[in-house]
Amino acid sequence: MMKKLKTFRGGLHPSEHKEQTAHLAIEDCPLPEELVIPLSQHIGAPAEACVAKGERVAKGQLIGRARGFVSVPVHASTSGEVLAVEARPHPSGKLLPAVVLRPDGEDAWGEAPASVADYRELGAEELCERIRAAGVVGLGGAAFPTHVKLSPPPEKPIHTLLINGVECEPYLTADHRLMLEETARLLAGIDILRRALGARRVCIGIEANKPDAIARLEEACRGTDVEVATLAVKYPQGAEKQLISALVGREVPSGGLPMDLGVVVQNVGTAAAVADAVLAGKPLIERVTTLTGSALARPGNLRVRIGTPLRHLVAWRGGLTGELAKILCGGPMMGAAQLSLDVPVVRGTSGVLLLREGDVELRRESACIRCGRCVRACPSFLMPTTIAAYARLERFEAAEQFRAMDCIECGCCTYICPAAIPLVQAVRHAKLAILARRRKL
Amino acid sequence: MLEAILSIGGIGLTAAVALGLAAKKFAVEVDPRELAVLEALPGANCGACGFPGCGGFAKALVEGKANPNACTPGGQATVERIAHILGVAATAADPQVAVVLCQGDNPRAALKYRYLGMADCNAAQRIAEGPKQCPGGCLGLGSCVRACPFSAIEITGEGLAVISRELCTGCTRCVAACPRGVIRMTPLAATVHVLCNSHDKGAQVRKYCAVGCIACHICAKTVPGAYVVEDFLARVDYEHRDQAGAAVEKCPTHCIRDFAQGYPPGSSFAAPTVPVAGKSAA
Amino acid sequence: MEQKLILSPAPHLHGEQSTEQIMRAVIYALLPACAVSIYFFGLPALRVLVLCTLGCVLAEIGCQKLMRRPAAWRDGSAALTGVLLALNLPPASPWWLALLGAAVAIVVGKQVYGGLGHNPFNPALVARVVLLISFPVQMTTWSAPTPLGAGLDLVTTATPLGEAKNAVMLSGRLPEALQNSSWDYFIGNMGGCLGEVSALALLLGAAYLFWKRILTWHIPLSYLGSVVVIAGIFWLVDPSRYPSPLFHLLTGGLMLGVFFMATDMVTSPVTPRGMLVFGVGCGLLTVLIRLFGGYPEGVSFAILLMNAATPLIDRFTRPRAFGEAPARVSGRQGAP
Repeated sequence: MMKKLKTFRGGLHPSEHKEQTAHLAIEDCPLPEELVIPLSQHIGAPAEACVAKGERVAKGQLIGRARGFVSVPVHASTSGEVLAVEARPHPSGKLLPAVVLRPDGEDAWGEAPASVADYRELGAEELCERIRAAGVVGLGGAAFPTHVKLSPPPEKPIHTLLINGVECEPYLTADHRLMLEETARLLAGIDILRRALGARRVCIGIEANKPDAIARLEEACRGTDVEVATLAVKYPQGAEKQLISALVGREVPSGGLPMDLGVVVQNVGTAAAVADAVLAGKPLIERVTTLTGSALARPGNLRVRIGTPLRHLVAWRGGLTGELAKILCGGPMMGAAQLSLDVPVVRGTSGVLLLREGDVELRRESACIRCGRCVRACPSFLMPTTIAAYARLERFEAAEQFRAMDCIECGCCTYICPAAIPLVQAVRHAKLAILARRRKL
Repeated sequence: MLEAILSIGGIGLTAAVALGLAAKKFAVEVDPRELAVLEALPGANCGACGFPGCGGFAKALVEGKANPNACTPGGQATVERIAHILGVAATAADPQVAVVLCQGDNPRAALKYRYLGMADCNAAQRIAEGPKQCPGGCLGLGSCVRACPFSAIEITGEGLAVISRELCTGCTRCVAACPRGVIRMTPLAATVHVLCNSHDKGAQVRKYCAVGCIACHICAKTVPGAYVVEDFLARVDYEHRDQAGAAVEKCPTHCIRDFAQGYPPGSSFAAPTVPVAGKSAA
Repeated sequence: MEQKLILSPAPHLHGEQSTEQIMRAVIYALLPACAVSIYFFGLPALRVLVLCTLGCVLAEIGCQKLMRRPAAWRDGSAALTGVLLALNLPPASPWWLALLGAAVAIVVGKQVYGGLGHNPFNPALVARVVLLISFPVQMTTWSAPTPLGAGLDLVTTATPLGEAKNAVMLSGRLPEALQNSSWDYFIGNMGGCLGEVSALALLLGAAYLFWKRILTWHIPLSYLGSVVVIAGIFWLVDPSRYPSPLFHLLTGGLMLGVFFMATDMVTSPVTPRGMLVFGVGCGLLTVLIRLFGGYPEGVSFAILLMNAATPLIDRFTRPRAFGEAPARVSGRQGAP
């Protein structure tokens, strides 16, 4: 029974908190009074608005044009009237341009989405273009445009496609439910991705704490050459480089990309969105996200239209219990704290956490006692405490020599630090300073 | 005994000869004026002159690539001494000091959120653009204090940066360190300043700060010419700094301060005696 | 007024153990050794323990007041230093020796460097060595263990290591009896400092720390291992002159040093490889000082010397970063 499961070196085991939502089926969230659809929901250049105030739009209609290659278009999540194109609160903490939409309740598609008879007849480029036009980005949280990952330069052929079903962030269960409930859509998406890349090996990696999802996928993949790999439960197993290390057994070179090893990693949610984009011609206008936390009356896994304000989600799930102290978009290890419930769900919102006063860590920072736990936990094998110390002294060249740029900001060091030192923040501080200096040179 | 004396003496002699030869062979020709100039400089290596440290500045001076008055920390006396060494005319630089244009410490300015993290203004600014509701106010986490090579900046007990007009040498390091642009270089002779950095409209400023500029124009009406109100924020026109003092008492939010009367509340710095014009070099 | 929301950088979850809890756990782990010392040496041992602990805490409070640092004595690090110092003193130490040691440990060993986390040397060992050099008589007046019986009068005796050293220096041979009392050494029935006597009690404490995941295996294993190997080589060469590895393990301050002094987090390396280097260095120096040095015991000096090397060890044992080419690591630049 105790077979040694595949994993990576370093990392740790934060308490999972997944039991509140892991058993809850995905529910459709009703449309809100007002949708706020930011034009920047991906890594890369923000989209450019192509609708104006007062205009009526149909569901799935293009409302923001992509600017450049590393950029994706934005679509209307439902039919309705454009109330404004203006700066609105964004999950990044800034005010960023967004299209504000009042749904008309009809939820009507414009022209019927162009469905495809058989995607197998389409070439890799055609598949890629459909995925780009649908605005598909990595739904695991980073929101990197998927078509860019699917267009490797010719000298770097891709032989392995890894599907990330790890979901190692505590609290989050959206990917888990997606694997259970939408297995067919997921596998169709995986097949499209594989054809677009020409990959020989396909492997779905899932942490051992989701045995039902593993069983379901193993059954569905029986007779095909798609592998389902059970991975040890350890954070950050779902980080791209750590997943590759566990499943391929090689390390992505420092400063390099997975494609340098001939590997591409896609999240399960992304694969499902790819299936919608190619098979049904449906743009990315909704996603599955986990809404949970101690301050919420009824947690759940929800299918939410992009642009739905958190306030609407909370009201629909029975409101708040107790005093709200912290709002997080994304998981608790890498997610960002929010200023208010006015921010919308965007493409990268893998979860929303609402925490009560008593559940928020308020420990004050104290001096480093050099226990070395951060060094042992770091999955990038860095010395976080040393880098952080140099960062505070603004000795950024020294921080760079200690490989600050190899930090993946997974949060392990800060999690384990007995002195509550904000190590990740300090390392990030150093990284940004190093990048600024490089740009200057 | 003899052996010991001989061997130690021998080693000493050999080393002395080797050192002597090396000194001759590897001697670097240095313009003696460069050394004299370097001697005259304050030696803080603050970089205010725009050269890499005092050494770099001394080299540039001797090569005629820099003006002696670029050394703000040195003050007038240093400029004169260097000018004397180099035999050029001493052109006086208008002595400058840095001023924090904000009085919104914790009791006076509202927070946007409770910040927990690295005590550094630049790091905090990256989280939802800083924990203060005012977009321009001092965050009080001390990035400027760490940047200051002259220990001229303190953070008051209520979280406000205050710069000593005696200790500040005008090197501008703090200006570069502040993520919110709340520190400005001003003439040392000007002691009256509008201590606010918010370009929000008056009604909004009132909501989050008890001592913010609400752009009511009273100062500009009291002393026409001495104040300019732009983009919902008043500032002193330092050309007419001598008259600016008349409006200090008129400001309804008390955001105009005459530093000759004292520093913002909570500061440990003693009020400057008189606006020091040509301040002496340290 | 409604409380503002909290915004902080990720991660938003934190592990269980805080600095304070670690310090407290180490103090708990030392309690068996304290109990054994009181059992064997009676009230004088208790007096040393109380004086050192109180002295350290008071010195810490005083320093923090004086230097206007935040009062942080509650983190337990000063109390831990006090207990460790007491375990490094002879049971018959006069009251002033204990208090002076406490003051030296906290003021000279810790606060002058900036307080917890900034001291390069183990504060308790700094104090021990200062006292050993300044008051050699008081610091080497050992008492014979008298289980439960001792009042305030103690009978003087020698430590096994001291005996061995004297015998070798005088006759070139080890006394037979020393080699045959392993069980007494193991439970602590011998002369020595409070905490040096019982290997059993110290192992018990160490087991607790391993269970709490406060100790990692790196330093203890490499330290003990190198002592056994190096002492073993000498023993095999000439068993009549060099004591057996077992004798080395069970006598003197080795167990205390291995599990509680060398593993002091602040003054030992943070990298796993660095910890191994540190442990081996400690072991090597300990055996060399014991066999060839002027003092019978070398644990304190060995650890202090390796403390001094810690920053260097850390710098040169930086782990290869994920995805970093191995060639780059071997050609690693040194001091930034």
